[in-house]
Amino acid sequence: MSDPVYNSMSVANPHPLHLDLQQKLASALAAIGLLIILMAAINIKMVATVQMLWLSLSLISIGTIWFAYRAYLTKSPGIKNDGIMFSSLTNKGLWAWMAGIFITGFYVLLYWFPSYLGLAQDDQGNTGLVAFFDPLSMLLKSKPASQWFVYGVLYTLAILIFGLRFIWKYRYNKYQILRTLSVMFFQLGFAFLIPEFLQKLNYPYNDMKNMWPLNYYFFDEWSIKGFLEGGNLGWFMLLFGILMIFIISPVLTYLYGKRWYCSWVCGCGGLAETAGDAFRHLSDKSIKAWQIERWLVHLVLLFAFLMTMGVIYSFFHNNPQGYWFDKGSIVMLISIIVIGLIGTNWLVKPFKNKIDQKALYIFTGVMTLGLLLMIVSYFTGNKNALFIDFYTLRSSYGFIIGAIFSGIVGVGFYPLMGNRVWCRFGCPMAAILGIQQKLFSRFRITTNGGQCISCGNCSTYCEMGIDVRSYAQKGQNIVRSSCVGCGICAAVCPRGVLRLENGSEDLFSKTDEIRNIQVK
Amino acid sequence: MKVAIIGNGVSGITAARWIRKLGNHQISVISSESDYFFSRTALMYVYMGHMKFDDIQPYEPDFWLKNRIDLVKDRVKQVVFDEKKLILESSEPIVYDKLIFALGSKSNMFGWPGQDLNGVGGLYALQDLQNMEAFSSGLERAVVVGGGLIGIEMAEMFHSRKIPVTMLVRESDYWNNVLPPEESAMISRHIVKHGIDLRLNSNLGEIIDDGDGKACAVVVKETGDKVNCGYVGLTAGVSPNVDFLKNSSLEVERGIMVDDYLRTNIGDVYAIGDCAQIREAKPGRKNIEAVWYTGRMMGEVVAHNVCGNKIDYDPGIWFNSAKFIDIEYQVYGDVPQESNSIYWEHSCGEKSIRIVYDQNTQIVTGLNLMGIRFRHEVCEKWLASKAKLEDVLENICLADFNPEFYETYEKSLISQYNESFGKELVLKSKRSLNSVLSFLKQ
Ligand SMILES: Cc1cc2nc3c(=O)[nH]c(=O)nc-3n(C[C@H](O)[C@H](O)[C@H](O)COP(=O)(O)OP(=O)(O)OC[C@H]3O[C@@H](n4cnc5c(N)ncnc54)[C@H](O)[C@@H]3O)c2cc1C
Ligand code: SF4
Ligand code: SF4
Repeated sequence: MSDPVYNSMSVANPHPLHLDLQQKLASALAAIGLLIILMAAINIKMVATVQMLWLSLSLISIGTIWFAYRAYLTKSPGIKNDGIMFSSLTNKGLWAWMAGIFITGFYVLLYWFPSYLGLAQDDQGNTGLVAFFDPLSMLLKSKPASQWFVYGVLYTLAILIFGLRFIWKYRYNKYQILRTLSVMFFQLGFAFLIPEFLQKLNYPYNDMKNMWPLNYYFFDEWSIKGFLEGGNLGWFMLLFGILMIFIISPVLTYLYGKRWYCSWVCGCGGLAETAGDAFRHLSDKSIKAWQIERWLVHLVLLFAFLMTMGVIYSFFHNNPQGYWFDKGSIVMLISIIVIGLIGTNWLVKPFKNKIDQKALYIFTGVMTLGLLLMIVSYFTGNKNALFIDFYTLRSSYGFIIGAIFSGIVGVGFYPLMGNRVWCRFGCPMAAILGIQQKLFSRFRITTNGGQCISCGNCSTYCEMGIDVRSYAQKGQNIVRSSCVGCGICAAVCPRGVLRLENGSEDLFSKTDEIRNIQVK
Repeated sequence: MKVAIIGNGVSGITAARWIRKLGNHQISVISSESDYFFSRTALMYVYMGHMKFDDIQPYEPDFWLKNRIDLVKDRVKQVVFDEKKLILESSEPIVYDKLIFALGSKSNMFGWPGQDLNGVGGLYALQDLQNMEAFSSGLERAVVVGGGLIGIEMAEMFHSRKIPVTMLVRESDYWNNVLPPEESAMISRHIVKHGIDLRLNSNLGEIIDDGDGKACAVVVKETGDKVNCGYVGLTAGVSPNVDFLKNSSLEVERGIMVDDYLRTNIGDVYAIGDCAQIREAKPGRKNIEAVWYTGRMMGEVVAHNVCGNKIDYDPGIWFNSAKFIDIEYQVYGDVPQESNSIYWEHSCGEKSIRIVYDQNTQIVTGLNLMGIRFRHEVCEKWLASKAKLEDVLENICLADFNPEFYETYEKSLISQYNESFGKELVLKSKRSLNSVLSFLKQ
C-alpha cells in the first residue's frame, strides 16, 4: 500500500482536516497579526505603531491559543495524533515547504543581513521590523531594539504559546505538563527577562542556564572580560558557568539523565518541544541516520573542545597579567583536564566497555595531538595554541555550527526533517550529556515485560529518531545517548510499555536483560 | 536444511529470525498479504493517520536480504505432504525439508444475509484496511457489528475521521463475556461518551442491498430497527485460517493440532501462532490464543525445535493488554467475569484496579487494570510465588508503572480495603525503581 502525500489544499483531499468555524476564525486572527508584522517589516507606515505592536502580538497569541483550545480541549484527554500523516503541514506537503522556506529565510536575514530587518545603520534609527519592536525594547531595557531582541521576543512567545498548546495536547500526562511548564519558565525568566533587566541596570548579563559548550562563546575574550569586569555578579556568573560544566551538570545527569537539561531547561529543546511538536515524527529512524548522527555530533563536540582550548589559551596569551591565572597555569589545568578525560575513558572498565573502540581511539588521538600542539605553542611562545589562527577556528565554528546548523537547519528545517535535527546531529552539549548518560546515569526507559505489540507509535513519535520499538519488542531497556527523555514514546504507547525512570541498583547493567526471550 | 514458513506475520517472522540465529539453514517465507512483515495490531493507526504503512513495519526492507531470509509473495494453494512440496498460486512449487504453518486467523462470518455485499468487511488483513479506506470518503455512517477488541478499534477508527458510528453488541454490556461487570460498564460509558451509538443486546439481522450490490443499511435482529449506513464492519471474533488444509492428512480441528513441541501429526511439519491449536494447553492457558505475544513465543520455540533443540512451549502466566479508545487495559493471571475480588475505582470513573484472590487461601490469582499501568514482572512474580492479598496490597507501589508524577492511587486503594474489612494495613514500599529491582532480585 503506498502512502500518497495528501495535500490539504487540493480539492480532492480524501482526508479533509476537520476545522470548525471557531478554528477558522482563530486562524484568521493569527493571520491578521502576522500581516501587521509583515507590513511593519516592509516599512509600511502605520498609525499608532506602539499599539500596533501590542495588537499584532496579541492577535497572533490569541489566534493560536484559541485554535489549540478548539483542537484539544473540546476532546477527551488522550493521544491526539489523528490525521497527522494526512495534513500537508505535518507531512512534508506544500505548507510544510512554505513554512520551511519562510523560517529559513528569516534566519538568513537575522544572521547575515540584519539591515534588511531594519537594524539601524550608522547612527540612524531602526526601521522596519526591528523598529516595530523598539517600544517593547525601550520598556524592558531603555534601549532601542536589535535584531536579536526581535528574535528573542518571537522565540519566547513561540515557546509560551505553543507550550500551552503542548500542555493541552498532552494533558493526560503529568510528566509532559510539568516539563513544559519548566521550559516555559526557563525561557521566559532565564533566557529573556533576566538578561534584559540586567542590561537595563547595566550589569553583565548572561543566560545562566545556557552552558558551555552549547554556549560556545562563554570563554570568548569579550565574554570572560565582561564577567571579570562585572563585579561580584560577573564573578558569580563565571563561577556558576564553570560549576555547571564540571559539577552541577554531571551530577544531575547521573541522577536523572540528560533530560534534566534537554527536555526541562534548554531553550533549543524548549522550542523543539513546543513549536516543533507537530513535526516530531519526521525524524529519520533508519540505521543509516543513526550512524551519521553518532559521527557528526561527536565530531562537533571534538571541534568545540579544541576551539575552546585555543580560545582560552589565546585569552591568557593576550592578557599576560592582571588575573589570578597566567598562561602557564592555564596550560597545566587544560592538560590535567584532558589527560583526566582520556584516562577515565580508558581506565574505568564499565566506561571503556560501553564506548565504541573507534571513537575512543579518535578521541584519544585528536585530544593528545591538540594537547601536544598547545604545549609546544606554550614553550615556543606561539600565540595560537594549535598553530591555526584561533580567530579563524572560532569564527568558522560560529558560522558553521552556531548559525547554519543550530539556526537554519535546526529550526528552519523543522517541517522537513523534524524538530530535533540540531539536538540530534549538531549539539555539542547533547553530545557531552549523552556520553554521561550512556556511561554513568541512573536513567533508562524500562520496557514492560512482554506487553509490546510492535505497533511502532513510540519509534514514529521519537523526535530523536530512536527506533524505540526495536528495544521494546525485545523487552530490553533503552539507554541511548541521544535520548532527551521527552517521554513522548511512553505517552503515545497504547499498551503502557515504556517508563522513564531512574535507579542506581543496576547502574552498569541496565540494558543487560532481554525479557522477551523464551528459551534462556 | 530448507525450511519453508507459510505466513509472514509475527509468528512466522519470529520463527525465521530465530532459525537464522540458530544456524545456516535456507529459509523461505511465503505470504500473500504484504511484501514485508508488518504489525497487524497497528493497522488502525494507519487509517487514523498516526502512522504510515511504512512505520508499522518493524524491520527495514534490507533486513531480509542481510539475514538471508527469502520472501516469496504468493498464496499457497495446496501442500503435498508426501512430496514435501508447496503448490503456489502463481509461482513455481517450493520443496522443503521442514515446514512451519503460521497462517494466522480470519474474521468470523456467521452467514449473515448480505455479508458478501460491497461495503462490508472485517478488520484483519491489510486488504480489509484498504476496503475501509475505499468506502470512507463521504461516508455518512458506519455500523460495526461485534463488541470485542477489534470492534472497538474499528469504531475508534471511523470516529477519528468524524464518521458517525453505530456499534451492535450482542452482550448486555461491552465485552462482558470477558470483562467483569464494573469494567465492562466503564467501557460502555466511555464508548457512549465519545458519541458512538452503542446498541447493547443487539444482534445483526441482515445487511440490506442498495440494489447495486452495495450495503446501505442493517437491520437489528431484536428490535427490527433499520440503521442506514455506507459501511458495515463485521468484527465478531476471529478463527484459525486453515480452510485450505481441511481435507488433507493434516490433523485440523478448529486450528492445526500441535503437541507441546509445536509439532503437527505429520513429521517435519509444525504450526504456530493464531492457526495452532495446542492439544493440551498448560494450566491457565487456552488451546488457541490469538494474541501477539504468543505468536512471538511460539515462533522462537518452534525455531529451536526445527533446529533440533527439543523445547517445550510454555507461555507462562497469562497476560494481555488492549486499549478502549482512551482507556488502557491490562490483565495479569486469571480474571473471570465473576470472581472473588477487591475492586477500586477512581472517582473519574475511568481508572480501576481489581485484585482477584482465593477466598480460603487469600492467594492472589489475577489483576485487572483500567487506565493504570502495572509492571509486568512484579505482577508475574506475585502470581508465580502465590503472594497473599494483603502482601500484594501493602506492596502495591512496586507494581506501579504509570509515568512519573502521576497521581497516586495506592493510599486510596488500601484505605478502601481497610474500611471494608476493618483492617489496618499500611503501605510498606515506596514507588521507587530501586525497591522494585531489589524485590525482583529476591
Ligand atoms: C486489528 C487487530 C488488532 C489486534 N490487536 C492485538 C493486540 O492489541 N494485542 C494482541 O495481543 N493481539 C492483537 N491482535 C491479534 C494479533 O495481531 C494476532 O494474534 C497475530 O497477528 C497473529 O500472528 P500470526 O503470525 O499467527 O498470523 P498473521 O499475522 O495473521 O499472519 C499470517 C499470514 O499468513 C498469510 N497466509 C495465510 N494463509 C496463507 C496461504 N495459504 N498462503 C500464503 N500466505 C498465507 C496471511 O495472509 C498472513 O499474512 C490484533 C489483531 C487484529 C486483526
Ligand atoms: S526515546 Fe522516548 S524519551 Fe527518548 S527521545 Fe525518544 S521519544 Fe523521547
Ligand atoms: S513500546 Fe508501545 S508504542 Fe512502542 S511498539 Fe511497543 S506497544 Fe507500540
